[in-house]
Amino acid sequence: MPLLDDLTVPLSDEERQRRALLQAIGAGALAAAAIGTGATAIRYLWPEVLFEPDTRFRIGRPDDMPVGTLAVLPAQKIFVVREPAGVYAMSAVCTHLGCLVQYEREQKRLLCPCHGSRFSPDGHVTQGPAPRPLPRLQVSLERGVLVVDTAKVVAPDAVLKV
Amino acid sequence: MPELTLESIARAVTETRVYRSIVRRGLAATNRNRSLAVFGNFFLHIHPVKVNVRAIAFTRTFYLGGLAGGCYLILVVTGIFLMFYYHPSVPRAYDDMKDLQFVVYMGPFLRNVHRWAAHAMVALVLAHMARVFFAGAYRPPREFNWVIGVLLLLVTILLSYTGYLLPWDQLAYWGVTVGTNMADAVPGLGAQIKFLLLGGQAVNENALLRFYVLHCVVLPLFLTILASVHIWRVRKDGGIYLPERPDHRTPTHTSSDEAA
Repeated sequence: MPLLDDLTVPLSDEERQRRALLQAIGAGALAAAAIGTGATAIRYLWPEVLFEPDTRFRIGRPDDMPVGTLAVLPAQKIFVVREPAGVYAMSAVCTHLGCLVQYEREQKRLLCPCHGSRFSPDGHVTQGPAPRPLPRLQVSLERGVLVVDTAKVVAPDAVLKV
Repeated sequence: MPELTLESIARAVTETRVYRSIVRRGLAATNRNRSLAVFGNFFLHIHPVKVNVRAIAFTRTFYLGGLAGGCYLILVVTGIFLMFYYHPSVPRAYDDMKDLQFVVYMGPFLRNVHRWAAHAMVALVLAHMARVFFAGAYRPPREFNWVIGVLLLLVTILLSYTGYLLPWDQLAYWGVTVGTNMADAVPGLGAQIKFLLLGGQAVNENALLRFYVLHCVVLPLFLTILASVHIWRVRKDGGIYLPERPDHRTPTHTSSDEAA
């Protein structure tokens, strides 16, 4: 049985160039395929449809909230405050690392249980690592019903007059 | 300045310390270095360093076992991609399958590749078995590898069958109803086997989750272990089976070779 081995076969310059060209084409094709596959894989993993709750939802009529109340809506992760001037909504997500801020009704303050950040009832940081006040969220009145959009942050002193 | 060719770049790369720590050798195209490259590489060591020319002739094996293994590799990769969008729960399974088919980017492609590779793998495993049988390669010392091969066929078919339920459509539902009723017909323990397979009396939430875990974890694990032993045993039994005399299909010898 002859040993198949091209090591000892002398190559002409032309053959050497041909092999180098074929190697370059092969390496280029492999690289293109690898980049294309990688890009396609990332594109595939980018979801087209999200199964998440709508950021816009109704929270009730302004008349149902007595002046001076702070309502906690844990499922929507917001606080709703009724002042004499009107209504505003505030995110209940701590600006430190995203935990849900609790309302301590007796002490009239907001406390984050994760790292001890405290906020005043209007959302300003009074203590702890939270870097920013709780952001106010857009509230609008549609056919007599208050609608909050958690995707839209408004000015820190914004109040919807009702 | 040295000439910038593909070879000079390759040489520069292979002489770095990082490359040498991983691959441990340079580009020198000697037989010894080529052998060491195969010995020292996890992915290449599956194949022997040197093989008989007759053993790698296409018409000897039609590469059926290797192609079945290649299909399995494709199935693992596409299957993992499909798992990113599929929830094995009754309210979501069918909708997730429809999302993959109509909404997800490249979803239909991956689903179809998974499906066709699955069909091809079953066909190739059966063809491989027939090829081995007609070549007489199941005879000593390869009897044990034949038995492993039979188990691999069984696991392949079970993988095909458990994947059948996952789209949670009418075909899947009744396919599993019929299949588990066949298990029910086992004498003595039939009812218990069916109960265990379905995780209940009906084809429902538990059955879907059980078939999902079997399809994505348990059976692939068995297949990987069995296939590893299968390939390892081919080596330990002295390579693939070759008849004593070269037959007319693989003319590797010529009369002048014989004379030499």
